[in-house]
Amino acid sequence: MDFQSCVNINKEWDIVGARQIGRDFARKIGFGTVDQARIATAISELARNIYLYAGTGKICFETIEEIDRKGLVILAVDDGPGIAEISKVMEDGYSTSGGLGAGLPGVKRLMDEFDIISEQEKGTEIKAVKWVR
Amino acid sequence: MSTLNMDLSNYRDLLKQYIRTQDETALYQAEQFSKLSMQQNISPEEIINVHIQALQELYPELPEGIKSSMNFLLEAMISYGLAYQEFQSLREQQLALKSEISVAASMQQTLLTTVKPEVEGLDIGAISIPANQMNGDYHHFVQNDDNKLGIAIADVIGKGIPAALAMSMIKYSMDSIPENRMDPSNILESLNRVVERNVDPSMFITMFYGLYDPSNEKFYYSSAGHEPGFYYNAAEDKFEEIEARGVVLGVTRDTEYRQYERKVNAGDMIIMLTDGVTECRQGDRFIEPEEVLDVIKSYMHLPAQKLVEQVYKHFERLQDFHLRDDFTLIILRKEV
Ligand SMILES: Nc1ncnc2c1ncn2[C@@H]1O[C@H](COP(=O)(O)OP(=O)(O)OP(=O)(O)O)[C@@H](O)[C@H]1O
Ligand SMILES: [Mg+2]
Repeated sequence: MDFQSCVNINKEWDIVGARQIGRDFARKIGFGTVDQARIATAISELARNIYLYAGTGKICFETIEEIDRKGLVILAVDDGPGIAEISKVMEDGYSTSGGLGAGLPGVKRLMDEFDIISEQEKGTEIKAVKWVR
Repeated sequence: MSTLNMDLSNYRDLLKQYIRTQDETALYQAEQFSKLSMQQNISPEEIINVHIQALQELYPELPEGIKSSMNFLLEAMISYGLAYQEFQSLREQQLALKSEISVAASMQQTLLTTVKPEVEGLDIGAISIPANQMNGDYHHFVQNDDNKLGIAIADVIGKGIPAALAMSMIKYSMDSIPENRMDPSNILESLNRVVERNVDPSMFITMFYGLYDPSNEKFYYSSAGHEPGFYYNAAEDKFEEIEARGVVLGVTRDTEYRQYERKVNAGDMIIMLTDGVTECRQGDRFIEPEEVLDVIKSYMHLPAQKLVEQVYKHFERLQDFHLRDDFTLIILRKEV
């Protein structure tokens, strides 16, 4: 996929930059306020994970248009340590903040589609899609 | 989403009514709206969004600052919405687990069922009530061809499912001990080997095994670190602790258990129990062992089964009907 825009994540403040660009995309595509806020939160979670666990990586955005719908793709890529047990990580209550709904299961809830490809010692690629309703 | 839109005009009207009248009725309806929203899994940020829209319809000239502040509030509620959804899904999982456990519990019930035998000259009472769904106590009656009666009573240190699993293992091991090896010390020695081999070292099992032989009216017994029972001497009208030494099951492979014996006279009682009986609590206070004996004494005129049931009822009530530990009490009385 050819992404229209990427934000590098190296330091904590880059999370804010990623949110900003993601929100601008979302607004242009036609998402309402609530969905914009959800998308921004999903971006925060993904970007913070990159910052915390991989050190560096990037968040990319792309608009997708199909015949009858429009949406936003968020791709979070890093070449950090990878996630060993993905199904564990996707269990509710597993994240460090356990029981607060955040983390990757939260991202899955906030978005419509969610996919992780991760290999240990190689890196992680998380793709999330949300459609305009 | 569509149901919510449907409610938007409703919400706007309520809000309008409230702003005009400050009326309690509108507030009551807001409460209903809130409940309905939760039933339909509508998260707080969506409600705030409805509020913003209603506000804009009511006050088209709404100051920019107020609008921004509402968006700020919406953003601040996102995590609450997520936590609420997670709570919902954890609650569903919990319900599923609960029903799984109750299936397991009834399987355990079936597995560990023991029939209280009829033995001539003996009046037997037995009760075992789990504190939670699964019972970590175990008791079992074995009646051999030669009319001897074996009684096993055991307690797993630890509660719930792991304890229950360990108990099922004990039961099957007991079933496989050959009949000619049913002496108390033998039984504890072979169970000790099973536990030592198969159970996590952090889990302890205590057990008392007694064997009554009607032909010579003697009671043989051994204990693996189990809560001591009591012997009621009818001739002297006195209770005494049944002393039996032995380490808990599973500590070392080749533990030997000493076997004791005593003659049982008419009217005497043998009382076997688990620490759920002796460690009953009234508020923060543990009861004294004498209290158990006092209670037994006060119901001693009853048949053994009624007796154990009354003792249980007494302590159930004493603990505000909330058992903290599995409760097992067995009483054998030699009839006159
Ligand atoms: N990009 C990544 N690279 C390597 N490991 C990751 C990455 N993202 C997540 N993980 C691992 O997955 C776990 C779960 O991540 P998740 O975001 O769900 O929760 P968390 O970061 O532990 O806590 P929270 O996000 O709720 O503050 C993390 O603890 C981390 O071990
Ligand atoms: Mg995280």
